[in-house]
Amino acid sequence: MPVDRISVRGGLMACGLRAAVVAIALLAMMAVAIAGATAAEPTDSRLTSATAFLSPELRAEQSDDLRNRGMLWVEQGEKLFAPNTPSGAAACASCHGDAKTSMRSVATRLPSVSSTTGQLVNLEGRINTCRQTRQNLPPLAYESDQLLALTAYLTHLSKGQPLAVSTEGPARVFFERGQTLWTERQGQLNLACTHCHDRNVGRKLRGDTISSAVPTGYPAYRLEWQTLGSLHRRLRACQLGVRAELFDLGSPEYLALELYLKARANGERMEAPALRR
Amino acid sequence: MGSVPRTHRVIMPEQARAGEIVRVRCLIQHPMITGHSATGANTQPRNIIRTLTVSYDSRQVFRADLMPGIAANPYTAFAFRATVTGYVEFVWIDDQGERTVATRRLTVAP
Repeated sequence: MPVDRISVRGGLMACGLRAAVVAIALLAMMAVAIAGATAAEPTDSRLTSATAFLSPELRAEQSDDLRNRGMLWVEQGEKLFAPNTPSGAAACASCHGDAKTSMRSVATRLPSVSSTTGQLVNLEGRINTCRQTRQNLPPLAYESDQLLALTAYLTHLSKGQPLAVSTEGPARVFFERGQTLWTERQGQLNLACTHCHDRNVGRKLRGDTISSAVPTGYPAYRLEWQTLGSLHRRLRACQLGVRAELFDLGSPEYLALELYLKARANGERMEAPALRR
Repeated sequence: MGSVPRTHRVIMPEQARAGEIVRVRCLIQHPMITGHSATGANTQPRNIIRTLTVSYDSRQVFRADLMPGIAANPYTAFAFRATVTGYVEFVWIDDQGERTVATRRLTVAP
Protein backbone atom coordinates (compact mmCIF):
# COMPACT_ATOMS: atom_id res chain seq x y z
CA MET A 1 0.00 0.00 0.00
CA PRO A 2 1.30 3.40 -0.91
CA VAL A 3 0.65 4.72 2.54
CA ASP A 4 2.81 1.97 4.05
CA ARG A 5 5.59 2.59 1.58
CA ILE A 6 5.58 6.26 2.40
CA SER A 7 5.71 5.51 6.08
CA VAL A 8 8.60 3.05 5.59
CA ARG A 9 10.47 5.58 3.54
CA GLY A 10 9.72 8.15 6.20
CA GLY A 11 11.16 5.78 8.79
CA LEU A 12 14.33 5.30 6.79
CA MET A 13 14.65 9.01 6.34
CA ALA A 14 14.13 9.47 10.06
CA CYS A 15 16.95 6.93 10.67
CA GLY A 16 19.23 8.84 8.38
CA LEU A 17 18.30 12.10 10.03
CA ARG A 18 18.91 10.62 13.47
CA ALA A 19 22.38 9.48 12.42
CA ALA A 20 23.10 12.95 11.10
CA VAL A 21 21.83 14.54 14.31
CA VAL A 22 24.03 12.21 16.38
CA ALA A 23 27.02 13.09 14.23
CA ILE A 24 26.32 16.81 14.60
CA ALA A 25 25.84 16.40 18.36
CA LEU A 26 29.18 14.55 18.63
CA LEU A 27 30.90 17.29 16.64
CA ALA A 28 29.27 19.90 18.87
CA MET A 29 30.42 18.07 21.99
CA MET A 30 33.96 17.92 20.66
CA ALA A 31 33.78 21.60 19.83
CA VAL A 32 32.56 22.33 23.35
CA ALA A 33 35.38 20.22 24.81
CA ILE A 34 37.94 22.10 22.73
CA ALA A 35 36.42 25.46 23.57
CA GLY A 36 36.25 24.47 27.25
CA ALA A 37 39.99 23.96 27.31
CA THR A 38 40.69 27.60 26.49
CA ALA A 39 37.65 29.83 27.03
CA ALA A 40 36.96 30.95 30.57
CA GLU A 41 34.96 34.09 29.79
CA PRO A 42 31.24 33.67 29.24
CA THR A 43 30.64 33.40 25.52
CA ASP A 44 27.15 34.89 25.56
CA SER A 45 26.87 38.35 27.06
CA ARG A 46 23.10 38.54 26.67
CA LEU A 47 21.96 37.74 30.19
CA THR A 48 18.36 37.14 31.18
CA SER A 49 16.99 37.61 34.67
CA ALA A 50 15.29 34.46 35.93
CA THR A 51 12.09 36.51 36.15
CA ALA A 52 11.73 35.89 32.41
CA PHE A 53 11.48 32.15 33.09
CA LEU A 54 8.66 32.47 35.63
CA SER A 55 5.11 31.60 34.65
CA PRO A 56 2.92 34.64 33.87
CA GLU A 57 1.07 34.04 37.16
CA LEU A 58 4.27 34.09 39.23
CA ARG A 59 5.56 37.13 37.33
CA ALA A 60 2.34 38.95 38.14
CA GLU A 61 2.70 37.92 41.78
CA GLN A 62 6.28 39.24 41.87
CA SER A 63 5.35 42.64 40.48
CA ASP A 64 2.33 43.02 42.77
CA ASP A 65 3.77 44.51 45.96
CA LEU A 66 0.89 43.22 48.03
CA ARG A 67 1.08 39.61 46.93
CA ASN A 68 4.90 39.51 46.74
CA ARG A 69 5.70 37.82 50.04
CA GLY A 70 9.22 39.23 50.01
CA MET A 71 7.66 42.61 50.77
CA LEU A 72 6.83 41.36 54.27
CA TRP A 73 10.57 41.35 55.01
CA VAL A 74 11.03 44.72 53.33
CA GLU A 75 8.40 46.20 55.62
CA GLN A 76 10.01 44.55 58.62
CA GLY A 77 13.43 45.88 57.60
CA GLU A 78 12.07 49.39 57.36
CA LYS A 79 10.93 49.12 60.99
CA LEU A 80 14.31 47.73 62.10
CA PHE A 81 16.13 50.59 60.39
CA ALA A 82 13.91 53.23 62.00
CA PRO A 83 15.04 55.28 65.02
CA ASN A 84 13.21 53.44 67.85
CA THR A 85 15.34 50.41 68.70
CA PRO A 86 14.06 48.69 71.85
CA SER A 87 17.57 47.95 73.17
CA GLY A 88 18.47 51.61 73.43
CA ALA A 89 21.39 51.17 71.02
CA ALA A 90 21.96 53.74 68.31
CA ALA A 91 19.56 53.13 65.46
CA CYS A 92 20.66 52.70 61.85
CA ALA A 93 18.73 55.86 61.04
CA SER A 94 20.62 57.96 63.61
CA CYS A 95 23.73 57.79 61.37
CA HIS A 96 22.22 57.12 57.96
CA GLY A 97 19.22 59.43 58.26
CA ASP A 98 16.48 58.84 55.75
CA ALA A 99 17.42 55.55 54.10
CA LYS A 100 15.29 56.36 51.06
CA THR A 101 17.85 58.98 50.06
CA SER A 102 21.07 57.98 51.87
CA MET A 103 20.93 54.25 51.04
CA ARG A 104 19.21 54.56 47.67
CA SER A 105 21.78 52.79 45.47
CA VAL A 106 24.11 51.26 48.06
CA ALA A 107 23.12 47.68 47.22
CA THR A 108 24.08 48.13 43.55
CA ARG A 109 27.74 48.71 44.51
CA LEU A 110 28.20 45.79 46.91
CA PRO A 111 30.18 43.63 47.51
CA SER A 112 33.15 45.95 47.68
CA VAL A 113 36.55 45.94 49.38
CA SER A 114 36.62 47.50 52.83
CA SER A 115 39.24 50.25 53.07
CA THR A 116 39.92 49.38 56.72
CA THR A 117 40.32 45.60 56.54
CA GLY A 118 41.11 45.05 52.85
CA GLN A 119 38.52 42.29 52.81
CA LEU A 120 35.61 41.88 50.41
CA VAL A 121 32.35 42.76 52.20
CA ASN A 122 28.78 42.37 50.99
CA LEU A 123 25.60 44.01 52.29
CA GLU A 124 25.18 41.42 55.05
CA GLY A 125 28.77 42.04 56.12
CA ARG A 126 28.32 45.82 56.09
CA ILE A 127 25.24 45.58 58.29
CA ASN A 128 27.05 43.37 60.79
CA THR A 129 30.11 45.65 60.79
CA CYS A 130 27.81 48.57 61.61
CA ARG A 131 26.15 46.58 64.37
CA GLN A 132 29.45 45.65 66.00
CA THR A 133 31.42 48.88 65.62
CA ARG A 134 28.69 51.56 65.79
CA GLN A 135 25.79 50.02 67.65
CA ASN A 136 27.66 47.68 70.04
CA LEU A 137 25.28 44.89 69.13
CA PRO A 138 26.11 41.25 68.33
CA PRO A 139 26.24 40.41 64.61
CA LEU A 140 23.10 38.93 63.08
CA ALA A 141 23.29 35.35 61.84
CA TYR A 142 23.08 34.70 58.12
CA GLU A 143 19.48 33.78 57.13
CA SER A 144 18.08 35.14 60.40
CA ASP A 145 14.82 36.95 59.76
CA GLN A 146 16.29 40.21 61.05
CA LEU A 147 19.30 40.17 58.71
CA LEU A 148 17.08 39.12 55.80
CA ALA A 149 14.68 41.93 56.64
CA LEU A 150 17.47 44.54 56.64
CA THR A 151 19.06 43.25 53.42
CA ALA A 152 15.65 43.01 51.74
CA TYR A 153 14.78 46.56 52.73
CA LEU A 154 18.13 48.04 51.68
CA THR A 155 18.23 46.09 48.41
CA HIS A 156 14.65 47.07 47.65
CA LEU A 157 15.69 50.73 47.89
CA SER A 158 17.83 50.12 44.78
CA LYS A 159 15.00 48.53 42.83
CA GLY A 160 15.13 49.45 39.14
CA GLN A 161 18.70 50.74 39.33
CA PRO A 162 21.51 49.05 37.40
CA LEU A 163 24.07 46.87 39.16
CA ALA A 164 27.39 48.72 39.32
CA VAL A 165 30.00 46.78 41.29
CA SER A 166 33.68 47.59 40.88
CA THR A 167 36.18 44.98 39.76
CA GLU A 168 39.12 47.36 39.59
CA GLY A 169 41.93 48.09 42.05
CA PRO A 170 41.73 46.06 45.26
CA ALA A 171 38.60 44.25 44.03
CA ARG A 172 40.40 42.70 41.05
CA VAL A 173 41.92 39.78 42.97
CA PHE A 174 38.52 38.87 44.47
CA PHE A 175 36.86 39.12 41.06
CA GLU A 176 39.43 36.74 39.59
CA ARG A 177 38.95 34.33 42.48
CA GLY A 178 35.21 34.39 41.76
CA GLN A 179 35.81 33.84 38.08
CA THR A 180 37.96 30.81 38.87
CA LEU A 181 35.22 29.38 41.08
CA TRP A 182 32.72 29.95 38.26
CA THR A 183 34.73 27.89 35.80
CA GLU A 184 36.15 25.26 38.17
CA ARG A 185 34.57 21.81 38.10
CA GLN A 186 33.32 20.64 41.48
CA GLY A 187 31.31 17.95 43.22
CA GLN A 188 30.54 14.35 42.37
CA LEU A 189 28.78 15.50 39.20
CA ASN A 190 32.00 17.29 38.24
CA LEU A 191 30.27 20.38 36.91
CA ALA A 192 31.25 24.04 36.96
CA CYS A 193 28.74 26.89 37.27
CA THR A 194 29.49 27.83 33.67
CA HIS A 195 28.37 24.46 32.31
CA CYS A 196 24.75 25.15 33.22
CA HIS A 197 24.54 28.91 33.55
CA ASP A 198 26.50 29.94 30.44
CA ARG A 199 26.05 27.03 28.06
CA ASN A 200 22.60 25.66 28.84
CA VAL A 201 20.57 28.71 29.79
CA GLY A 202 16.89 28.32 28.98
CA ARG A 203 17.03 24.53 28.89
CA LYS A 204 15.30 22.33 31.44
CA LEU A 205 16.88 20.84 34.54
CA ARG A 206 14.18 18.61 35.98
CA GLY A 207 11.08 20.82 36.10
CA ASP A 208 12.87 24.14 36.21
CA THR A 209 14.51 26.34 33.59
CA ILE A 210 18.23 26.98 33.86
CA SER A 211 18.82 30.69 34.45
CA SER A 212 21.77 32.89 33.49
CA ALA A 213 22.57 33.27 37.21
CA VAL A 214 21.73 36.97 37.27
CA PRO A 215 21.70 37.84 40.99
CA THR A 216 19.49 40.95 40.79
CA GLY A 217 16.50 39.31 42.49
CA TYR A 218 18.21 38.39 45.77
CA PRO A 219 17.33 38.26 48.59
CA ALA A 220 14.47 36.40 46.92
CA TYR A 221 11.36 34.61 48.10
CA ARG A 222 11.84 31.07 46.87
CA LEU A 223 8.79 28.83 46.77
CA GLU A 224 10.96 25.80 47.52
CA TRP A 225 12.15 27.47 50.72
CA GLN A 226 8.79 28.95 51.64
CA THR A 227 10.72 31.95 52.90
CA LEU A 228 13.06 34.72 51.86
CA GLY A 229 16.69 33.68 51.37
CA SER A 230 20.05 35.23 50.56
CA LEU A 231 22.12 34.78 47.41
CA HIS A 232 24.58 32.67 49.40
CA ARG A 233 21.81 30.28 50.39
CA ARG A 234 20.96 29.99 46.70
CA LEU A 235 24.59 29.26 45.87
CA ARG A 236 24.57 26.47 48.46
CA ALA A 237 21.51 24.98 46.74
CA CYS A 238 23.44 24.83 43.45
CA GLN A 239 26.46 23.25 45.15
CA LEU A 240 24.19 20.71 46.80
CA GLY A 241 22.77 19.97 43.34
CA VAL A 242 26.16 19.03 41.93
CA ARG A 243 26.99 17.18 45.17
CA ALA A 244 29.91 19.41 46.03
CA GLU A 245 31.25 20.29 49.44
CA LEU A 246 29.29 23.33 50.58
CA PHE A 247 30.98 26.58 51.56
CA ASP A 248 29.75 28.49 54.59
CA LEU A 249 27.26 31.33 54.17
CA GLY A 250 29.32 34.52 54.05
CA SER A 251 32.54 32.59 53.32
CA PRO A 252 35.32 34.21 51.23
CA GLU A 253 34.48 31.79 48.39
CA TYR A 254 30.83 32.85 48.18
CA LEU A 255 31.79 36.52 48.55
CA ALA A 256 34.17 36.22 45.59
CA LEU A 257 31.53 34.39 43.58
CA GLU A 258 28.95 37.03 44.53
CA LEU A 259 31.29 39.73 43.22
CA TYR A 260 31.87 37.80 39.99
CA LEU A 261 28.14 37.19 39.46
CA LYS A 262 27.29 40.83 40.08
CA ALA A 263 30.12 42.14 37.92
CA ARG A 264 29.00 39.76 35.17
CA ALA A 265 25.51 41.23 35.45
CA ASN A 266 26.65 44.88 35.78
CA GLY A 267 23.99 47.09 34.20
CA GLU A 268 21.13 44.68 34.92
CA ARG A 269 18.28 46.27 36.89
CA MET A 270 17.83 45.37 40.57
CA GLU A 271 14.52 43.63 41.27
CA ALA A 272 14.73 42.32 44.84
CA PRO A 273 12.76 40.90 46.50
CA ALA A 274 12.06 38.64 43.53
CA LEU A 275 9.99 35.50 43.45
CA ARG A 276 11.79 32.33 42.47
CA ARG A 277 10.72 28.72 42.21
CA MET B 1 10.34 36.79 64.37
CA GLY B 2 12.71 38.12 67.01
CA SER B 3 11.81 41.41 68.59
CA VAL B 4 9.77 42.58 65.63
CA PRO B 5 6.01 42.02 65.59
CA ARG B 6 4.62 39.74 62.89
CA THR B 7 4.34 41.70 59.68
CA HIS B 8 0.98 41.73 57.94
CA ARG B 9 -0.50 43.67 55.06
CA VAL B 10 -4.12 44.53 54.38
CA ILE B 11 -5.22 46.28 51.22
CA MET B 12 -8.81 47.47 50.91
CA PRO B 13 -10.45 50.74 49.90
CA GLU B 14 -11.03 53.37 52.60
CA GLN B 15 -14.31 54.48 51.09
CA ALA B 16 -17.25 52.78 49.43
CA ARG B 17 -20.88 53.47 48.50
CA ALA B 18 -23.64 51.63 50.34
CA GLY B 19 -24.32 48.33 48.65
CA GLU B 20 -20.94 48.29 46.89
CA ILE B 21 -18.78 45.14 46.91
CA VAL B 22 -15.53 45.80 48.79
CA ARG B 23 -12.57 43.69 47.72
CA VAL B 24 -10.00 42.85 50.40
CA ARG B 25 -6.58 41.26 50.08
CA CYS B 26 -4.36 40.38 53.03
CA LEU B 27 -1.04 38.74 53.67
CA ILE B 28 0.65 37.69 56.92
CA GLN B 29 4.17 36.56 57.74
CA HIS B 30 3.97 33.09 59.29
CA PRO B 31 6.11 29.95 58.76
CA MET B 32 3.05 27.62 58.82
CA ILE B 33 5.04 24.75 60.34
CA THR B 34 3.19 21.54 59.54
CA GLY B 35 4.86 19.38 62.19
CA HIS B 36 5.70 16.85 59.50
CA SER B 37 8.92 16.44 57.57
CA ALA B 38 9.99 14.41 54.56
CA THR B 39 12.21 12.16 56.67
CA GLY B 40 9.46 11.47 59.19
CA ALA B 41 11.38 13.10 61.99
CA ASN B 42 9.27 15.74 63.66
CA THR B 43 11.74 18.42 64.54
CA GLN B 44 9.23 21.14 65.37
CA PRO B 45 5.70 20.93 66.71
CA ARG B 46 2.92 22.07 64.41
CA ASN B 47 2.36 25.80 64.37
CA ILE B 48 0.04 27.07 61.67
CA ILE B 49 -2.43 29.91 61.55
CA ARG B 50 -5.70 28.22 62.45
CA THR B 51 -8.18 30.92 61.65
CA LEU B 52 -8.57 34.30 60.06
CA THR B 53 -11.77 36.01 61.14
CA VAL B 54 -12.90 39.34 59.79
CA SER B 55 -15.60 41.42 61.40
CA TYR B 56 -17.23 44.53 59.94
CA ASP B 57 -19.24 46.80 62.17
CA SER B 58 -18.87 44.13 64.92
CA ARG B 59 -20.42 41.39 62.76
CA GLN B 60 -18.41 38.54 61.27
CA VAL B 61 -18.25 38.85 57.48
CA PHE B 62 -15.51 36.36 56.67
CA ARG B 63 -13.84 33.40 58.32
CA ALA B 64 -11.19 31.02 57.02
CA ASP B 65 -10.01 27.82 58.73
CA LEU B 66 -6.49 27.19 57.52
CA MET B 67 -4.97 23.73 57.10
CA PRO B 68 -1.39 22.41 57.38
CA GLY B 69 -1.17 22.06 53.60
CA ILE B 70 -1.39 25.81 53.11
CA ALA B 71 1.86 27.57 52.11
CA ALA B 72 3.85 29.76 54.46
CA ASN B 73 2.97 33.46 54.66
CA PRO B 74 -0.62 32.85 53.58
CA TYR B 75 -2.42 35.24 51.23
CA THR B 76 -6.20 35.64 51.46
CA ALA B 77 -8.55 37.53 49.17
CA PHE B 78 -12.30 37.95 49.68
CA ALA B 79 -15.09 40.49 49.33
CA PHE B 80 -18.02 41.78 51.35
CA ARG B 81 -20.84 44.26 50.82
CA ALA B 82 -20.52 47.76 52.30
CA THR B 83 -23.48 48.88 54.43
CA VAL B 84 -22.51 51.41 57.09
CA THR B 85 -19.40 53.35 58.11
CA GLY B 86 -17.42 51.29 60.60
CA TYR B 87 -14.30 49.36 61.46
CA VAL B 88 -13.13 46.19 59.73
CA GLU B 89 -11.12 44.02 62.09
CA PHE B 90 -8.84 41.17 60.98
CA VAL B 91 -7.75 38.58 63.55
CA TRP B 92 -5.28 35.79 62.77
CA ILE B 93 -4.79 33.12 65.48
CA ASP B 94 -2.09 30.44 65.32
CA ASP B 95 -1.60 27.11 67.13
CA GLN B 96 0.36 28.81 69.92
CA GLY B 97 -2.54 31.18 70.52
CA GLU B 98 -0.67 34.18 69.12
CA ARG B 99 -3.17 36.80 67.94
CA THR B 100 -2.35 39.28 65.22
CA VAL B 101 -4.90 42.04 64.80
CA ALA B 102 -5.29 44.62 62.05
CA THR B 103 -8.02 47.25 61.90
CA ARG B 104 -9.15 49.41 58.97
CA ARG B 105 -11.91 52.02 58.84
CA LEU B 106 -14.38 51.91 56.00
CA THR B 107 -16.33 55.09 55.29
CA VAL B 108 -19.60 54.42 53.50
CA ALA B 109 -21.41 57.10 51.52
CA PRO B 110 -25.19 56.55 51.27
